[in-house]
Amino acid sequence: MAKITAGVASSHVPLLGVASDQNKDADGYFGPIFDGYEWTRAWEKAEKPDVVILVYNDHASAFDMKIIPTFAIGCGERYKPADEGWGPRQVPDVEGHPDLAWHIAQSLILDEFDMTIINEMDVDHGLTVPLSMMFGKPDVWPCKVIPLAVNVVTYPPPSGNRCWALGEAIARAVDSFEGDLNVQIWGTGGMSHQLQGPRAGLINKEWDNRFLDGLVGDSDHLRRIPHIEYLRETGSEGIEMVMWLVMRGALGKSTRLLHRHYHVPCSNTAIGHAVLRPDNGEGFDMTGSDAIHAVAAA
Amino acid sequence: MTGPRDIHAYLAEFEDIPGTRVFTAARARQGYHMNQFAMSLMKAENRERFKADEAAYMAEWPLTDEQKQALLDRDYNRCLDLGGNVYFLSKLFSTDGLPFAKAVATMTDMDFDQYTQMMMQGGRSPEGVRSIKEGR
Repeated sequence: MAKITAGVASSHVPLLGVASDQNKDADGYFGPIFDGYEWTRAWEKAEKPDVVILVYNDHASAFDMKIIPTFAIGCGERYKPADEGWGPRQVPDVEGHPDLAWHIAQSLILDEFDMTIINEMDVDHGLTVPLSMMFGKPDVWPCKVIPLAVNVVTYPPPSGNRCWALGEAIARAVDSFEGDLNVQIWGTGGMSHQLQGPRAGLINKEWDNRFLDGLVGDSDHLRRIPHIEYLRETGSEGIEMVMWLVMRGALGKSTRLLHRHYHVPCSNTAIGHAVLRPDNGEGFDMTGSDAIHAVAAA
Repeated sequence: MTGPRDIHAYLAEFEDIPGTRVFTAARARQGYHMNQFAMSLMKAENRERFKADEAAYMAEWPLTDEQKQALLDRDYNRCLDLGGNVYFLSKLFSTDGLPFAKAVATMTDMDFDQYTQMMMQGGRSPEGVRSIKEGR
């Protein structure tokens, strides 16, 4: 049967894609950022997820102002990297998982989440940068991907609580899929950043780290953070962190932290990254990789 | 439900953040054609036509004179005031060959070197720029 075995949170700054594509990922500026993902790249090789449900936002690439879906799920066979004005990233096409994606889409709608269904689109840095950070530079991405796009550009975006509840519904949908799949869910975007206006460049390390703390354990106070708090404390684009709550909601009541990384700056943005395991008595350490990590850390 | 019960209070709070234009429905409506114009620059042929004659290309779009002038001037704060959104305006940044962070720095009171230095030192502190009314 299909199970969500882990959650990953990560920023998706476009400059990281540039650094990866131009082999600058070990230089003085980018080295400390990519180093913080090294643990995760080794862990992903051991975990071998079949499918990643990748929660991200489109940045005026696939969607313009004509149609603004609050929650959209990609049910297509494959997706090409978008041309964001500098030519498409030279990374592999993203292969979808239409069987699971359509199952989730149908289940969510019956569960009263009225999803927009996407059959064809290009995917921008919001989706391809996390793949590069977690998998490096393979010729083919090592798993299938179900894009889940959230509107965090035109106000109002969904509330943190609604994102969390969507995550819970996604977990229920995955549980009822007939097929043996190791599924991960990734929440991307953030952390603090503001890309516009005289206040651009805002970074709030204290707030970001409290948010990272809050992802761990059984605390659900994060779901009650109002939009205005993200805006005031973490910059206008910090609102992307509501997408992390879709991931957190899908992991159930409690989580355990496997890995955490935080770095300032990457261009205009604070980089945050966490790897989480659902910790509700199921024991999803399917590869022994948590034990390996515990030994390495001791 | 955890959302605000009063949409007017919800929206009013956004105007209390210093140096920030939240992309509300009102701004999205005001800037619709400006953002769709910017989006059209995703196509190489449109970029070429725009670069050849900016005013003539913009004349094909139902933009206001103020919007056209702000775009010609690359005055991005003014563009935000007139309903532009930074992800759409970034199509103009890349048409100009201007890296995103450089374009962002033009909206602040710093030059790019100063802006970069601020980011390297941990970014802009939220102290004093959370709320106009409360001065915190």
